Amino acid sequence: MEAYTVLLVVIPLISAPLTALIANRHVAWGLSLLVGAATFVIALMLLQDVITGRVIHYELGGWKPPWGIEYVIDALNALVAVIVTAFALLSVLFGRQSVEREVHDSQLHLFYAAFQLVLLGLLGMALTGDIFNLFVFLEISSLSSYALIAMGHKRQALVASFNYLIAGTLGATFFLLGIGFLYAASGTLNMADIASRFEQYDAMALVITALLFILIGLALKAAAFPLHSWLPDAYTQAPSMVTVFLASTSTKVAVYVLIRCLYHVFPQEYWSQLLLPSFLLLSGCLGMLYGSYKAIQQDSIKRLLAYSSVAQLGYMIVGIGLNNETGLTATVVHMFNHAITKGALFMAAGMVFYRMHTTSLHQLRGAGKTMPWTTGAFVIGGLSLIGVPGTAGFISKWYLLQAALENNNYLVVASLLIASIMAIMYVWKIIEALYFDGEEKLHLHQVPSGQDIVAAMPLATLCCYLLVAACIYFGLYTDLSLDAAKTAAQSLFAGGPAR
Amino acid sequence: MSESLILRVVTKWLVPVILLFALYVQFHGDYSPGGGFQAGVIFSSGFLLYALVYGVDATTRVLPEAVLRIGACLGVLLYGGVGVVSLIRGGTFLNYSVLAETPVAGQHLGIILIELGVGITVACVMLLLFYTFARNIPPQ
Repeated sequence: MEAYTVLLVVIPLISAPLTALIANRHVAWGLSLLVGAATFVIALMLLQDVITGRVIHYELGGWKPPWGIEYVIDALNALVAVIVTAFALLSVLFGRQSVEREVHDSQLHLFYAAFQLVLLGLLGMALTGDIFNLFVFLEISSLSSYALIAMGHKRQALVASFNYLIAGTLGATFFLLGIGFLYAASGTLNMADIASRFEQYDAMALVITALLFILIGLALKAAAFPLHSWLPDAYTQAPSMVTVFLASTSTKVAVYVLIRCLYHVFPQEYWSQLLLPSFLLLSGCLGMLYGSYKAIQQDSIKRLLAYSSVAQLGYMIVGIGLNNETGLTATVVHMFNHAITKGALFMAAGMVFYRMHTTSLHQLRGAGKTMPWTTGAFVIGGLSLIGVPGTAGFISKWYLLQAALENNNYLVVASLLIASIMAIMYVWKIIEALYFDGEEKLHLHQVPSGQDIVAAMPLATLCCYLLVAACIYFGLYTDLSLDAAKTAAQSLFAGGPAR
Repeated sequence: MSESLILRVVTKWLVPVILLFALYVQFHGDYSPGGGFQAGVIFSSGFLLYALVYGVDATTRVLPEAVLRIGACLGVLLYGGVGVVSLIRGGTFLNYSVLAETPVAGQHLGIILIELGVGITVACVMLLLFYTFARNIPPQ
């Protein structure tokens, strides 16, 4: 089983340059599909293997850790790998038609090559047990996602991508500085090695500086409030398929790295006596209130969903800040559930855009009658976003609420409830426009003459409904998601993966 | 600047020396300071000098962009390919020891191939970056 681990990274590594070399859009799509499917199967096998608490170690190049780079897979990163690969596969299926319309023909093969590189980077971040290696993969995924966002059909995509480039580069630089300080203090880059000898140098002032640099860098990549400003533009302007993929994976992987650093690199006892947990709670609570408030004000569906992502990331940060096992379980399970929910919603938004050439709610009034299936996905996805019982969103919010009550932190409980009410408001805003407003004569933009604007997207609809079904399935049967999250939270609180 | 006879002649003499030095850094990288990244940058700097004196158009005739794109991909493929071969031969990814009869010979072969892949990709990408930006500057 161990030997398969590295294939998750190697398959996209080999396939991406091949895709760029062959320069044929059908081959490019086919290869991306193959990569998505192969990595998904491997990730599922890995999760099956580690869900009981086993830990897989893989030594790259045959060098023994801590000198060499090792991949360490436990329940937490196997779950993250499953999320990433599942969404890679679904986004490739979803993007078959929409990408051809949104991305210029001459760039299609490069688009898919960059997509595979993002997948490679995210998987590498999830699997590696070496903190510098993690930085390298962070850069691979970030650089290629800048390119993907810049390929959006509007010129604003370039500005959005540039803003993300600046913010992301700052984040990566902070992260690298933190690693540098930590290396200076500890003399090692292997996460388990840093953690196991932590008492020897935890009095050094360098260590707390390193912690702060790493935290701020990752918070920027995870778009935690108030470092979220790059996210709404990037998600709005990117091609639909990229929005689906990045919204459901990239910030989640950053949150995963945050958890990994806070529990497996820096011991929990070290940072929980600092102001850090309260600071995380503050950032999370403000993030969910601010994100929901901004979401209510938006007119474009994509932008509304992007702000709602800022809010939902706040929930995950709160789960970490509560600093108990239930809270961490909630964060991990919310990573999974929110990925499904937001994936479904962004797919629906992408299909609306494909057909109507607009995502402005103002212009989509009454579209529920012309696109019943797509708008149906909005309803169920929206319910899951609010956290209605019977949907996936409910499970994670329930756990988060329990965790807040365990700590008797009623301020968090209150902001959770207020944010949920605000979520009802912004989801209602979509539903009201789609179903209850009088039908608007569509203003169509940039439709080449003779093109069939009511073209159906069977494959994309299928993917979207798969996720919608998953929203309900994981709201009723929580075995897979919750078990993995619980195993992960337990092992995190027990202190580091077993050697 | 490109009208200057001295510059033109000196450039013609310097470019092969720069390329040779790049190859030295490349293939001596496993014994001395150097390696694929440095060699790639030095290699591309030879063409940069040529482009500065003779113009970007003349350089793209020597080294067309399409060739560079292929080179950039091939370098990565070479790197990944070495890793895959070591996987197939029963080692872990990028374990050079299994590449040849003895571990020492394997390590030697592995690092040279890896560095070659890095060198090719770095040289090609450096030049591609230069072409991309240089083309946006209108000729005087």
